[in-house]
This record gives sequence, C-alpha cells and structure tokens, in this order.
Amino acid sequence: MMNIYKKYRFLIARRVTQISIMVLYVIANIYGINILTGNLSSSLVLNTIPLSDPYAVIQMFFAGALLSFNVLLGAFFIVIFYMLIGGRAFCSWVCPVNIITDLANYLRRKFGFNQIQKKQPASRNIRYWVIAISLVISFFMGIAAFELISPISMVHRGIIFGMGFGWAAILVIFLFDLFVLKNGWCGHICPLGGFYSLIGRFNFIKVHHNAPNCTACMKCKEVCPENQVLHMVTKTSIPVLSGECTNCGRCVEVCDDDALNFSIKNLKKGEYNEVN
Amino acid sequence: METGKKQPISDRRRFFLTVARATGLAILGGLTWSAFVDEIKATSLILRPPGALKEDDFLATCIKCGMCVEACPFDTLKLAKPGDNKPLGTPYFIPRDIPCYMCTDIPCVPVCPTNALDIKSVQNDKKELDINKADMGVAVIDDNSCIAFWGIQCDACYRACPLLGKAITVEYTKNERTGKHAFLKPVVHADVCTGCGLCEQACVTSKAAIFVLPREVALGKAGDYYIKGWDVSDEKRLENATSQITKTEISKDSAIDSLNSNMEDLYK
Repeated sequence: MMNIYKKYRFLIARRVTQISIMVLYVIANIYGINILTGNLSSSLVLNTIPLSDPYAVIQMFFAGALLSFNVLLGAFFIVIFYMLIGGRAFCSWVCPVNIITDLANYLRRKFGFNQIQKKQPASRNIRYWVIAISLVISFFMGIAAFELISPISMVHRGIIFGMGFGWAAILVIFLFDLFVLKNGWCGHICPLGGFYSLIGRFNFIKVHHNAPNCTACMKCKEVCPENQVLHMVTKTSIPVLSGECTNCGRCVEVCDDDALNFSIKNLKKGEYNEVN
Repeated sequence: METGKKQPISDRRRFFLTVARATGLAILGGLTWSAFVDEIKATSLILRPPGALKEDDFLATCIKCGMCVEACPFDTLKLAKPGDNKPLGTPYFIPRDIPCYMCTDIPCVPVCPTNALDIKSVQNDKKELDINKADMGVAVIDDNSCIAFWGIQCDACYRACPLLGKAITVEYTKNERTGKHAFLKPVVHADVCTGCGLCEQACVTSKAAIFVLPREVALGKAGDYYIKGWDVSDEKRLENATSQITKTEISKDSAIDSLNSNMEDLYK
C-alpha cells in the first residue's frame, strides 16, 4: 500500500485536482454552488476573484477587442501563479485533455508502440508556430482564432455545459496520440501548452536530478511526456530548467533510486533546495 | 565506383529545405484554419443575450466562459456546442424553445468578465438597469401564415409581449370577405421591440408566424437620401447626407436605327 502511494502519489494528486476543478465548475452550473464559476477560459472564484486564460486574452487583444479590467486582472493572476509557482503545471494538473493523452500514452507503452516507432517525425517546436499563426489569424479575422477550434475548450466546456459533437475532438486527439505521434497533441501541437512552456520556465518549483544516485534505468525518460527536458539524466546534477516540463512528477515517482525530486529554487544562491 | 559523384548534402541545403517545409506547413495550416474561422463567423442568424455588442465586436470580445449562461435563471441561454453550427462556445438562445423572460435585474449581463455583454447598453439615464433597452433582435411577422391575417381571432403574440401595447399593437381593419367581421392584425414596432421572443414562443401556428431575427438581418435601411419631410427630427438626418454626383459619359457611337434598317444594324 505504501508502495502504491509512493509510486503514484503525484498521479493520484493530479487526477484528484483535475477532476475536482471540473466538479466545482459543474456544481456551479447545475446547482448554483458558486465556488468556481465559468470554465477554464474565464472563471470567478467565490464570486470575487477573476481568473482568465492569458493565451485567450492575448488572442482577443490581437483580434482587436477592448479588454476589460476584470479579464486583464484575471489573466495577470494566472500568469503570476504559473510563472512563480506552477510552471507548466496547468497541462498536467488542470487540463482535462491531459487525462485523455495520458491514457493514449499509457496504452502506447503497454502495447510497445514506442519500441516499434522509435523516432518521432515531428518537431516539438510546432506549438510555438501554432501560437504565432493563431495570433496572425486572430488579427486578420477579428476573433480569438484558437478558441474557436480548441479541443481543450471543447472538452472542458463540454463537461460543464454539454458535449455536443465534442466527443469527436476527444476521439481525434486520443487516436492521434495513440497511433500517429507520441505525445502528439500535448507535446507537439497544443499552443496553450506552448504558451505555458514559455511562461513556465521561470518558476521556483523544479524537478532536480541527482546524478550519483542514478542507475540509468531510463524509466523516467520512458514515462516523461516531454522527455527532451530530462537531457541531464545520468550525466549532471542539475534541475530541469526547460519550461516544457509540465511538473507532473511522474519521473519522481518512477525513479527507484531517489535520483529525481522536486526542489525549490533558492533565490540567494540561485541553487535548488530539495523537498520531498 | 561512382560514389564520388554523389555530392554530400550540405547543411545549407538541409537548412533551406527545413525552412521551406516549415513555411509550407505554416501556410497550409494557417489558410485552412482561417477558412474555417471565416466560415463559422459567417453564421449571422444567431440571437445573443441582452446587452451584447455588435456581432463583430461581440465575437472578438467574448471569452466563451459561459457565466451568462450560468446566470440565466430560465436556462434560456445556451453555449454553442460543436455541432450547433454556431461560433463555438458563444452564448445564444432559441426563443421558440425558451425565450428571454426579460428579468429586471438582468443577471446575465453584469457577470460578463469581458464586457462583451455591455452593461451600459442596458442602463437608463439614471444608471439603473433597464431590460427594456435590450436589443437582442426584432420580431418579424409572416402575414401569410399568421392566422390573424386570415381573419381568425388570435392575439397570442400581443398578449405575450412584455411591452404590451408598445412593441406589438393590434390594427383593426375591415374583413371585406365577410363584410361584417374585423381583422385584428398584429403589428411589430421595431423601435420598441427588444427581441425577447416571448411572442415567438406564444405563437399558435405549428411553425411560428412571428419570429425574432437579428436586427441587421431583419431590418432595411432607408439611407440618407429619403427623408420624412413632415418630421422635423427626421430632417436632421440630412446633415449626415453627403452629396454624390454620378457622371455617365455620353456614348460616342451613332444611334442604331434598327426599326428602319430591318434590324440589320443589330447584327453588325
């Protein structure tokens, strides 16, 4: 039992967070229990604190919208939180699509697809291109371009307000990640993930690698959805500095040798203190 | 052996190919994406919540959070789902199913975080909320299917209207067919109608003979050149009118004398 806790503590905590956030939105819509109203695009905590998706707000800015104080303040809160504390944690701790792509990735590992198709044919920088294109289209079309096609919005809005054909978006992402490209949606294309990668590199909580403990079993690299960020594994004792790390903690859990742990950046020394 | 002929692919060529592939993909993706956005934006037959900005501004400003939908006590407002063929995630309502009941406290408007639902547009001069200023659309009557226009007595829409006697009035005219009955025809006054759709929901015909359309769709526009000369306030519109001189050049060709030439001129 202790072992299960140790091997899955972050995974369980993430699923609990992801599901509770959705449950809070749903009970606000259905029963009017207003702890968290709205959806992941924009919400209100306890009827007072506004929160807004900063990437959506940037697109709206490019689309020529007159941005209200509330929505700017909400976006500011979110940016500050992820910039200082969360990193790219939105992707692995909040986003409901993560559950779908994690399932696809789990099945890939179980069926051994990753052994058959070792080399991934697409660049992980596509997402930054998608951000650029979304802003150009938003500017010319006068509408937040990604918000209109975003499968993330389709899923969370679907859960809260009714799915419609939103299940098709879920299926497309699932099949794409399962058969076409490993970590295809979250790790290559999703511009929201790209956006949080850009602001997430500054945060204080990082995974830290302790190279002397490492036995080079490579379990961490196999389970990591962004395994390019673990380039230091077996080599040097440094923290994972890339913003593309989603702080999901899977690498920490699967490591049998205590070579990976979350750590907090020490401002004075610029070093990292380990926490467990 | 001819392997010496095979030039090693230089880094420069590789680089150019990579750039070209990225550009190609970006253009392919970008144009497909914009085409989709353009298509979905073109749906103009959609009724928005009270206080909504003009459709173009509304689409740019709405963050699709659904808080207006949650605030609506009558479940009038819906968020566009995939498959609804409406701009995804934006709020709308279908009056025949559930009309807007014109709550006096307008719960859907103040909750909007982006001001896509503009509270100022539903406030009166004293800064009080006034739902009668809402402008969701305008009711239109199809007088072919409206049974009141046939001479059958029905005033369902007139009675349902929350602005009773103002947005819809009943016009009495003589029924010449019977010679002894009256038509009681409903007339919509577009300047008062808020587009709430209570009339559409109340309409007794199997498909509503009175229905709400967005104002830009339902109404025409006289322009600056036609003025009600008997109305002083209307004459003011003349100030906006710009003069426009059109000049057609006189044709230098000689006239065709087709009648006297046995139409031969025409075949030249």
